[in-house]
Amino acid sequence: MTALATSSSSSPLHFWGYFMDHRSTDLSWLWSHTWLSVVPVVIGLLVALPLGWLARRYRFVYPPLISLTGLIYTIPSIALFVLIPPLFGLKSLDPKQVPIALTLYSIALLVRVVADGLASVSEDTVQAATAIGFKPLGRFFRVELPIAVPVITAGLRVALVANVSIVAVSGTIGMSNLGQLFTLGFQNSTTGPYYPPIVLGIVLCVLLALVLDRIVIILNTLLTPWRKAVRS
Amino acid sequence: MIGEVFTWLNDPAHWKDTRFDTGIATQLAAHVRFCAFALLVALIIALPLGLVIGHTGRGKWLIAAANTLRALPTVGVLVLLTVIIAPHFYGRTDTGYLIPTEIVLIVLAIPSILSNTFAGVENVDPAVRDAAEGMGMTGKQVLLKVELPCSLPLIFSGFRSATLQVIATATIASYLPLGGLGRFIYDGLAQQDFPQMIGGGVLVAALALVADLLLYLVQRYTVSRGLTGRFSKKRLPDPRLASVTQAEVAAI
Repeated sequence: MTALATSSSSSPLHFWGYFMDHRSTDLSWLWSHTWLSVVPVVIGLLVALPLGWLARRYRFVYPPLISLTGLIYTIPSIALFVLIPPLFGLKSLDPKQVPIALTLYSIALLVRVVADGLASVSEDTVQAATAIGFKPLGRFFRVELPIAVPVITAGLRVALVANVSIVAVSGTIGMSNLGQLFTLGFQNSTTGPYYPPIVLGIVLCVLLALVLDRIVIILNTLLTPWRKAVRS
Repeated sequence: MIGEVFTWLNDPAHWKDTRFDTGIATQLAAHVRFCAFALLVALIIALPLGLVIGHTGRGKWLIAAANTLRALPTVGVLVLLTVIIAPHFYGRTDTGYLIPTEIVLIVLAIPSILSNTFAGVENVDPAVRDAAEGMGMTGKQVLLKVELPCSLPLIFSGFRSATLQVIATATIASYLPLGGLGRFIYDGLAQQDFPQMIGGGVLVAALALVADLLLYLVQRYTVSRGLTGRFSKKRLPDPRLASVTQAEVAAI
């Protein structure tokens, strides 16, 4: 650990120099941080779509599903991390426990978002689509889902930004991602504050969150071309 | 493994303080104390601010600014503030760790309460507001007697999500040497004592669930029955999406 802290300056503004000195480690942490933030949300969306459709199609499914997902979302991240291994039969410190916990969170957030998004499609639109000959499945994918896209992407943005922060929490129990930079900075601050890794970690996390957020906004624009047509 | 966790939680020796270890009861009290203080301060700051911004429609940029705070990694800010503040405190006191933790907890709780209060006031039916003004209520009366009660469901959901975030982050503060239920998680990790670590996780999860349940009960008995949906079918927006406002959803 001490070998990593050989940078000359401990000024907060030295984070760029620190990054250049430990490029390969920092980039691999950034890379794993990105994967851990994105993949669970994608899996969560794939699971949440059919569940949300179910909650919309059969109204009695909605209340219990919302209560259950709300319950999962209530459990603090660090507690969920340590509770995953005994529940899923993993070893007590398994790298898989972080993506599993994040996937559960993403499902919990997105099920309600998908259900509410589908509920925002007006009844008139659904009836019009049925009248011009859409079968239920085709109507779902070609009419209801596209109209629900803005609500769903709002949920995706919240899920991604939250994930970037939660992944950093898993760094405190030794998982290798940008959270390690905070541990490193804290351990090297025994004699005096050693800012560069801490500031670098914050900067990279915020940049990652902003970039992912922007990507979702762009995806949203691409998936809803009619909105642009209306506005201009 | 689950059996060992229950054994750990059931051992009365783990609940009481000894000369060497702080027990579960004391750590639980400490955890609740940190969280309650931070939530109280955040509520005092964010609730009036949200009400005023929602009522006057001025200063909306503050809501947007508070929401961008959510992109900050909490662990990082916690470590940064600790490294800055802790060295100024000497001796056998945890004040040096307590101050940065409370700052982070307060900053964390404000956006949820602020944006939900604002959204609550803004979503009050304009007809209701007009009716109140038509009856001759002053601006202050409209705010406190009409808009506040009408926006209580959203204010409560904002406060509940703030509570959960604060409980979760107070746990992470044990990663810096601060007391609280997170102590068991990080001590268990350091000592490779996994029943203790998982037991700590169970305690934190239980605390969060109980806190949310209590707030749910308070909400059920304070919010007017005309608003709770037991009479009306109107569904509330998802409070967790409050950082992305409805206007923004319509704009993107």
